[in-house]
Amino acid sequence: MQHDNNKEITSLLKKQRPLIYRWLGDRIFSLFIFALGITVILCTVLMAIVLYSDGAPAINKFGFFGFLINKVWDPAIKIEFGAFPFIVGTLITSVASLAISFVPAIAVAIFTAEYSPRWLAHITDNLINLIAAVPSVIIGLWGIFVFAPWMRDTFYTNIYMWSMDNFPSLLPILGNPIGYGMATATLILAIMIIPYTTALTVDAFHKVPKEQREAAYALGATKWEVVKMAVIPYARGGILAGVMLSFGRAIGETMAVAMLIGNKNTLPFTILGPASTMPSVIVNEFREAVENLHLSSLIAVGFYLFIISLVVNLVAAYIQRRFSITGARTV
Amino acid sequence: MKSLKQRYMRENIMKVFIILNTILVITPLIIILAYVIVRGIGAINIDLFTQELGSPSRAMVGRPTGLAHTIIGTFVVDFLALIIAVPFGLGAGIMLSEYPDHKLNPLMRVMNDTLNGMPAVLKGLLAWALVVKPMGSFSGLSGGVALAFVMLPIIARSTESALMNIPWSIREAGLAIGLPRWRVITSVVIPASKTGLVTGLLLAFARAVGEAAPLLFTSFGNNYKSATLLGWIFGPVDTLPQRLYSLAISPYKHWHQLGWAAGILLLLFVILSFIIARFVAREKKY
Repeated sequence: MQHDNNKEITSLLKKQRPLIYRWLGDRIFSLFIFALGITVILCTVLMAIVLYSDGAPAINKFGFFGFLINKVWDPAIKIEFGAFPFIVGTLITSVASLAISFVPAIAVAIFTAEYSPRWLAHITDNLINLIAAVPSVIIGLWGIFVFAPWMRDTFYTNIYMWSMDNFPSLLPILGNPIGYGMATATLILAIMIIPYTTALTVDAFHKVPKEQREAAYALGATKWEVVKMAVIPYARGGILAGVMLSFGRAIGETMAVAMLIGNKNTLPFTILGPASTMPSVIVNEFREAVENLHLSSLIAVGFYLFIISLVVNLVAAYIQRRFSITGARTV
Repeated sequence: MKSLKQRYMRENIMKVFIILNTILVITPLIIILAYVIVRGIGAINIDLFTQELGSPSRAMVGRPTGLAHTIIGTFVVDFLALIIAVPFGLGAGIMLSEYPDHKLNPLMRVMNDTLNGMPAVLKGLLAWALVVKPMGSFSGLSGGVALAFVMLPIIARSTESALMNIPWSIREAGLAIGLPRWRVITSVVIPASKTGLVTGLLLAFARAVGEAAPLLFTSFGNNYKSATLLGWIFGPVDTLPQRLYSLAISPYKHWHQLGWAAGILLLLFVILSFIIARFVAREKKY
């Protein structure tokens, strides 16, 4: 019996598939997979190349930095283009929205991760994820028909009237309170990136080991002291990276901003008045651009947007690597 | 050392501050959802699913208008995108998880996240330069390519994490009975992580279905149904997010109403894919 068994096993082993099936199969398969996978890298590289080469006519004509700092964007008469107004608009709206959303977003993350009871955390968590997934056109739709008119009627006009009576010198900074402008776009942007920042921060909080909190509790810390001394310092890398990624989101956010910012292509921008950002100008003018130089200028704006996003994303990746504390429980 | 009373007071202040902030954040989010749902349901009728949009005057003279062509177009473009993105995304995910020692993997992970963080407009510009410009016309296919760029990094990441959930011991078991590596991957690891893979695809779908920016200059939009079957792929095609944008910025009252309807349809698509993804993911866990 024992003998039979051994024989069976040896015969099985002898029947092993030919080398070609194992060796060649592995080679072919891995090559195939690498070829498919490498496209992820190629896409980003290709994006840079394509945006640069299609934007080259504009970049060559106005110069790499000349295009960057040229304040004139005139597709109609002078046919002269410069990205400066849009860079200003993008930076102001995204930095301001980040400043507005930072504290509330972290607070919500602390609430869901540390304070709230489990059932409530579950609800807020799901709600935040759901809202983060709502397409930006839908938020833009709400912004156009509900938020902007409401803000205009309740706040902007009153602020404008008040400053007209008391501080006429403020008026040029405030701009026309038409409802569609920098302030509205910034607020909507803040509403849109809060769920994103919160979700990333909650992730960072969940990575903090329980022992860390328990140690702080054991020393007699109150809940806030635990959060302040044990949780936030531990999660700071994740929080910072999350904020950086949200910043990238705010820079690239297109539809809602294009629908609400009012689209004015010339500096100076005012607080309440219309303005423009890099993505919004691309979306608004690309379909209507007839002039070749106009088209390539828009793509050149895209190229600069690409560079900014690339830097922001790489910094986020670096922060995540640099600040993440290794040696913790990894399950 | 602060007194205990002070510390408790600070504790309470922070608690109130955090709860207030949470309410402050959650409220507008709920208001947005409520508005879209209420106004959207008010705008839904049967014409929406059977009629096409037509010219603006069509709505003004009171003839029925709808978004039938938009709904079909959304499915066409999104499924095209899925078909294009899935092989590459799966390949990248398999590479990241099954060949963890590969030299390119760290670069690929960073590049994948970067691509994911790139503004969707740029993906649209890329698809425009790669497909629309050579072909000479706006097309559903170019829209599919643009959305594929949106889906690719999401699928790659979710595939990686789905495959990583399979313990290494299972792979080792496969290798121990003499299977070559590629058979281990195709007949052991992938079948075992099926639910995770499907969840990833659904999430990628949910993300891409709401993207309007890349579609504005690729699939462009179309007020009418395509006359021929191929026209859905090679002609300009309407999609929900892009149509929603055009409706919202149009000057016609009736079209604004349709915009809300498009809004709730789009929201429905997104939420449904999320719910299905959750449902699939819950079925089996390792």
